[in-house]
Amino acid sequence: MNHEDIKSQGTKVYSRPRLLDDRTMHYCPGCSHGVVHKLVCEVLDEMGLENDAIGVAPVGCAVFAYNYIDIDWIEAAHGRAPAVATAAKRLNPGCAVFTYQGDGDLAAIGTAETIHAANRGENIVIIFINNGIYGMTGGQMAPTTLEGMKTATTPYGRRADLNGYPLNITPLLAQLPGTCFVSRQSVHTAAAARKCKAAIRKAFEGSMAAKGTAVIEVVGTCSSGWKMTPAKANDWMAQHMFEAYPPGDLKDTL
Amino acid sequence: MNEEVRLMKGNEAIAHAAIRYGADGYFGYPITPQSEILETLEALMPWETTGMVVLQAESEVASINMVYGGAATGKAVMTSSSSPGVSLMQEGISYIAAAELPALIVNVMRGGPGLGTIHPSQSDYFQATKGGGHGDYHLIVLAPSTVQEMADFVALGFDLAFKYRTPAMILADGVVGQMMEKVVLPPQRQRRTPEQIAEQCPWAATGKGSRGNRNVVTSLELDSALMEKNNERFQRTYAEIERNEVRYETYYTEDADYLIVAFGSVARICLKSIEMARAEGIRIGLIRPITLWPFPYEAIAGLGAKVKGIQVVELNAGQMIEDVRLAVERDKPVRHFGRMGGIVPNPGEILEAFKRDFINK
Repeated sequence: MNHEDIKSQGTKVYSRPRLLDDRTMHYCPGCSHGVVHKLVCEVLDEMGLENDAIGVAPVGCAVFAYNYIDIDWIEAAHGRAPAVATAAKRLNPGCAVFTYQGDGDLAAIGTAETIHAANRGENIVIIFINNGIYGMTGGQMAPTTLEGMKTATTPYGRRADLNGYPLNITPLLAQLPGTCFVSRQSVHTAAAARKCKAAIRKAFEGSMAAKGTAVIEVVGTCSSGWKMTPAKANDWMAQHMFEAYPPGDLKDTL
Repeated sequence: MNEEVRLMKGNEAIAHAAIRYGADGYFGYPITPQSEILETLEALMPWETTGMVVLQAESEVASINMVYGGAATGKAVMTSSSSPGVSLMQEGISYIAAAELPALIVNVMRGGPGLGTIHPSQSDYFQATKGGGHGDYHLIVLAPSTVQEMADFVALGFDLAFKYRTPAMILADGVVGQMMEKVVLPPQRQRRTPEQIAEQCPWAATGKGSRGNRNVVTSLELDSALMEKNNERFQRTYAEIERNEVRYETYYTEDADYLIVAFGSVARICLKSIEMARAEGIRIGLIRPITLWPFPYEAIAGLGAKVKGIQVVELNAGQMIEDVRLAVERDKPVRHFGRMGGIVPNPGEILEAFKRDFINK
């Protein structure tokens, strides 16, 4: 039986999402970004938002998200995506406006923009990839880096007395009256990715119904930054990151 | 709304003019001496009439990035601030210039450096005209000297910004922002429709709609060869602006033996000094650059060739004087008189300085 025979006998149950470009990504093997990109594509397509979507890309590894997801994009300055998205949404209320940000972008340099956009209840979706490290610049400490975690700028491990504590920002956002749906997810297993997709869909539904800001934190891996194989990084994440950042819904008003 | 004659502050005139222009959005943060712009817009509630969005941001950093986001969707958006706040905006302004987005930024200057003073100044001339943020770029810089020009330059600034896809700045001083004068407000213009935006701004990120292909608004290009091409395109735009958009006014220059160069409110004080000088038989003329970038180099060179000396009067330690010197290429003595720290000189003081430099040497 050759390849064509197999294909002709089977039922196609999975294919690359229509909105995800067929091109080589710059992400490292094992990186969570590729899966999250895929889920965003599927949700936008399934909700019929392809032609009304405006993504706001961050500074960080996902800076090139606009090269992979076939919608309109605005590339923001470091940390400013929620401010950029605020204006894009207010001036184009019919559009599905979302930011896609990493932990350094959202929880360090962009903390003010994140908290104030969420507190104003901007009708945007914030997708927040938390892998506890700066990937793009070569593995430096992020605000969400765990205590004891070795990075390029904490070579002996993060120490609270020297470097401060890991910033658990998502529960902070859940407290704000402006947020309608705040959920923490992961994509390290097929089951987790399915749950994550459902959460992303719910977030877009909430923002399109003008219910306020929806925040999806995805606890992710950075095998290059963590200096682990992809499989090891997944295990390490489940073992350590989930302790500080447990998955689940933090707020659901929808 | 029809054309209307009103008495108001320069800052208020900016707010009224923005609504009447059909601006789509204003994003700002309070700072003296220009908070009346945001206050007036909030009081006029244009979202109820024209649909204009007005939002008080959490910082100037957020304001300018909101402007970036709005401009990226092809909308006519603006912000305003005063010197320290405009310093905070410089990164965002550089991004707006690099992404080739139209936007209007108003700086009602106060005295610096640092927190400085809330009183009038012109000490952000270098920042406004030489780029301000990182990278090789220029803003179109308009310097109003009357409340009427505060109103008129809103429309002019937006029109130039959209024509050249580059940010424009109204560089006012605290005097023009705070003083009250008669102003003729233009009739209400309609905000552009989504169809008009799609036609005028085919690059805008508005959702793909029926376009099919995606639009990406970005200032990032890691391929150096392509980034150099981008820079060459920016420079071609700036050269075209320099050819087409130089604006200035002259007074008493026909028979002048000396020339004063001044902009903004200071030009009006200088006009009084010149009238005082002429009463004494000293023939001084005035050139008032209206566009500080592009700078009227040729006009100043032409007038400079006919006079014995040039006095540059500014509310700073000597900034525009560098461009005046470039214009006359050291052929003529160019002297500076300035006050700093929020002090505005009176006409007699300017005349005295002029005589010290040129008459009683």
